[in-house]
Amino acid sequence: MWRERVVRAITFLCALVSIGTTLGIIYVLVSESVQFFAEVSPFEFFGGTRWAPRFSPPQFGVLPLLNGTLLVAVGAGAVSIPLGLLAGVYLSEYASRRTRNLLKPILELLAGVPTVVYGFFAITFITPLLQRVFPDLPIFNALSAAVVVGVMTFPIVASLSEDALSAVPRELREGGMAMGATRGEVIRRIVIPGALSGVMSAFLLALSRAVGETMAVTLAAGADPKVTLSFFTSIQTMSAYIVQASLGDTPHGTIEYQTIFAVGLTLFVITLAMNFIAAKLVGRYRQRYA
Amino acid sequence: MPEATTAITAPRDLRRVLYERLFMLACLLAIIFGILALLALIYGILRDGLTRLDWEFITSFPSRRASSAGIYSALAGTLWMMALVALFTVPIGVLSAIYLEEFAPKNRLTSLIQVNIANLAGVPSIVYGLLGLAIFVRMLEPITSGQAFGFANTSGRSILSGSLTMSLLILPMVITACQEALRAVPQSHRHAALALGSTCWEAVRHQVLPAALPGMLTSVILGLSRAIGETAPLITIGALTYVAFVPRSPFDGFTVLPIQIFNWASRPQAPFHENAAAGIIVLMVVLLLFNSAAIAFRVIARRRLGM
Repeated sequence: MWRERVVRAITFLCALVSIGTTLGIIYVLVSESVQFFAEVSPFEFFGGTRWAPRFSPPQFGVLPLLNGTLLVAVGAGAVSIPLGLLAGVYLSEYASRRTRNLLKPILELLAGVPTVVYGFFAITFITPLLQRVFPDLPIFNALSAAVVVGVMTFPIVASLSEDALSAVPRELREGGMAMGATRGEVIRRIVIPGALSGVMSAFLLALSRAVGETMAVTLAAGADPKVTLSFFTSIQTMSAYIVQASLGDTPHGTIEYQTIFAVGLTLFVITLAMNFIAAKLVGRYRQRYA
Repeated sequence: MPEATTAITAPRDLRRVLYERLFMLACLLAIIFGILALLALIYGILRDGLTRLDWEFITSFPSRRASSAGIYSALAGTLWMMALVALFTVPIGVLSAIYLEEFAPKNRLTSLIQVNIANLAGVPSIVYGLLGLAIFVRMLEPITSGQAFGFANTSGRSILSGSLTMSLLILPMVITACQEALRAVPQSHRHAALALGSTCWEAVRHQVLPAALPGMLTSVILGLSRAIGETAPLITIGALTYVAFVPRSPFDGFTVLPIQIFNWASRPQAPFHENAAAGIIVLMVVLLLFNSAAIAFRVIARRRLGM
């Protein structure tokens, strides 16, 4: 019996590693951020509209970075949410089993492409293509970054909304058809509303991925933090700032070292909130059709 | 059916039919968008990189001159990291999954661990980089630099730190997938073993694990392929961008393929972009090999479990 206990204890300790990881993340982000906020007031950080930690005097307003992140996420959502949902509808409602088995690996491939590859794709393919349509577009711009992150999150929306749509019971569809509705009407009025919480959670997860996305945005969007609503200019996101600061020399204990943790904490809290709501929504539709 | 024909030619129904067709077309176009995106991606990379790719490119160190630069040290770094990440994630991932699926009591701690794993899977990879920077590079520097073991001239920005960071990043995904592999093993396997007098662990060790093994291998390989492509966390912990040596111990500095690709892609000159594209081809081939292996094991798993 002692052997059984030892094995149980070892597996339990392994399972605790995940709890340790979460505690570690929170500890690291909070402890460095506390030192940061001892020097910079939270009002300046969350209210300031200029981000220039290397200037003298340095300026630590996170709004430009937040603006850049949200701009890219919204633009990416505008690409991936409608297209992903329609593709999910196609997979779940129209495609035959054979077509689906053929199409799903393509989505998996798209989802498995490393983000740095998407970044390269953005600067060498998407940006030149966009520049043909908009000749004034600078080399580094938010539009290209948003489009590429949209392509990147498209398979997430497509496969998660397919899951949600196919969880809607068949009887509901048959009921609609029996009332004389066309297939499209059944999909739009019955299946999508029936799967709404699952579909919404797919959207949220894709947006949260877009918020946390780093390499593609770093390569495509430039390094120019500013408050703007324009896609036709270069910007910087929170994650891209962390990469830029890490590439340079940021000695431990300096205020610049602490900025990446304060920015990281902001990013962490935003994505956590989005994932939390998404998980709640998924729980709701599972409950309904279980 | 004459009635049906008259019904469908009524102007209102004509619109309905048209709308119906358009909607289906929109759905079809959306999925075609995905296919085209993938084709464009592959085309763009082959167009830029195929001419640059040769044996010399693979066996050369990076250089300031684009035409003589190669990916030797990056490839070596990627292989080093793969080995170490597998070393850390296989035991921890598999044992965690065994605990959660086979041993864990149904209580609040267990559901806390489970919810926590789901949450960790959604944390942006760059945040893991910050964790690695503060814990592995700074706090545990004597260990991760090897100075505690008598290594000199090394720092905490080592392969070991990178591998530990990457292991924490892929663990949630590996654990969840391994749990699914265990769940796919029929309950009757466990019951049969328990009925013959084996303990819970013996049933897991001799009945459940062998049956779940191919499925677990799939999970681990997919986790590793995620780690191969990740860039941001390694940049955050301070992996190097210019490495003209092959690492000889886990305590050496390092670079990996995605970082090398990023470095070349972020330069303005076209010849470096060709290098980046050629590097991407190598990276994608490695990933394709990994994924094929994962699919092969998945097929074996399904066959073994009679699915």
